[in-house]
Amino acid sequence: MTNNNISENKNSHLGKIDLHAELVETGVEQVLVDLDKSLIGLEPVKTRIRETAALLLVEKAREKLGLAHETPTLHMSFSGNPGTGKTTVALRMAELLHKLGYVRKGHLVTVTRDDLVGQYIGHTAPKTKEVLKKAMGGVLFIDEAYYLYRPENERDYGQEAIEILLQVMENNRDDLVVILAGYKNRMNTFFESNPGFRSRIAHHIEFPDYSTPELLDIGSSMLDQLNYYLTKSAKDAFIEYINLRKEQPHFANARSIRNALDRARLRQANRLFKENNGPVNAEILSTLEEVDIRESRVFSGGIDN
Amino acid sequence: MKLRQGTFSFLPDLTDAEIHTQVQYCIDNGWAVSVEYTDDPHPRNTYWEMWGHPMFDNPDAAAVVFEVNECRKQFGDYYIRVIAFDSTHGWESIKLSFIVNRPKDEPGFHVSREEVKGRSMRYSIKSYATDKPEGKRY
Repeated sequence: MTNNNISENKNSHLGKIDLHAELVETGVEQVLVDLDKSLIGLEPVKTRIRETAALLLVEKAREKLGLAHETPTLHMSFSGNPGTGKTTVALRMAELLHKLGYVRKGHLVTVTRDDLVGQYIGHTAPKTKEVLKKAMGGVLFIDEAYYLYRPENERDYGQEAIEILLQVMENNRDDLVVILAGYKNRMNTFFESNPGFRSRIAHHIEFPDYSTPELLDIGSSMLDQLNYYLTKSAKDAFIEYINLRKEQPHFANARSIRNALDRARLRQANRLFKENNGPVNAEILSTLEEVDIRESRVFSGGIDN
Repeated sequence: MKLRQGTFSFLPDLTDAEIHTQVQYCIDNGWAVSVEYTDDPHPRNTYWEMWGHPMFDNPDAAAVVFEVNECRKQFGDYYIRVIAFDSTHGWESIKLSFIVNRPKDEPGFHVSREEVKGRSMRYSIKSYATDKPEGKRY
């Protein structure tokens, strides 16, 4: 009697899958939580990634229960301005897909046009194939993908690389995931002129620009990692700096912030030497003052990198 | 006559999935895997033609299976093997080698005997296929 009960119980379990348990078990939840914590802002991106993860998990569960399923197309396109975290998210994506079991190794291979396109006839195909082979079992991240296509030059070898890419993206879907990245409007032109790409890419994810408070948060967390901090007045100066810098050309979001802070640290070191107030302690070494920020060229109408 | 050279040669031919598993084992051991082909099956023919470079830095076996299939497209009627080279100091040699493709028709070997001084015999073997020039054997 008891035996019967147990086997019945077992059977009812066989037909059920706890999605939430699955989420935690595969470690996907951990990646998503990390993503939420370590990346400031980027709400639409995070939502899209959560949705994608959910879809892939459901697809896996369907497979386990013997329902009709097919490997979804996972190729993606990340579009957004420079410094909005495309590469960082790609790295997380690779980890996520690995934990979900859609790529076997989960490594990220980052390439640009130079790594794919050759310099003379017959050079491109082996070069592209070499890169694709290296990326198999992982994720291939093509930065500034639109450079592959140069309509102004009929004999450009980029077209050849595109053809091989498309072929492998279609035939070896189980082996690698391709992520194309670049600025938004140029990516749009690229997709318009290469319809083959558009149809093979299922997920178009847009990376919005950061707002000033978000940029300040990013800057603070960068400094935190380096054991620096801004004084109250320095913080106000930095907000002013961000607002001015945003209006200037070549603003690269988080990357510009990192550069600005690097220069502030440089000026702080310089100031400490000039002041020469005797021995310094940890407190002094880790404080960025208002002057360190204010000395930036941006405040006097110049341009920072 | 089925050629029995290398590992697994007494088993049925490996499927692509099985090749993938074996190659992944090699890669996980840090061996450099490469693909070679030939149309001369003599056992002393040690050095086959290389199909591309050895793949040192591919973390996944899919790349090797891909190359095997590329090689099959061009040399479908040749012998193709996968070899794994261990570069560890003191080894520096092939750790694993197995055939992944063979011609449809394998004619086998002829044993020739030569009487030499006294009543000694000298034996040698020769593939029937190698009567024809290279490239036209299978």
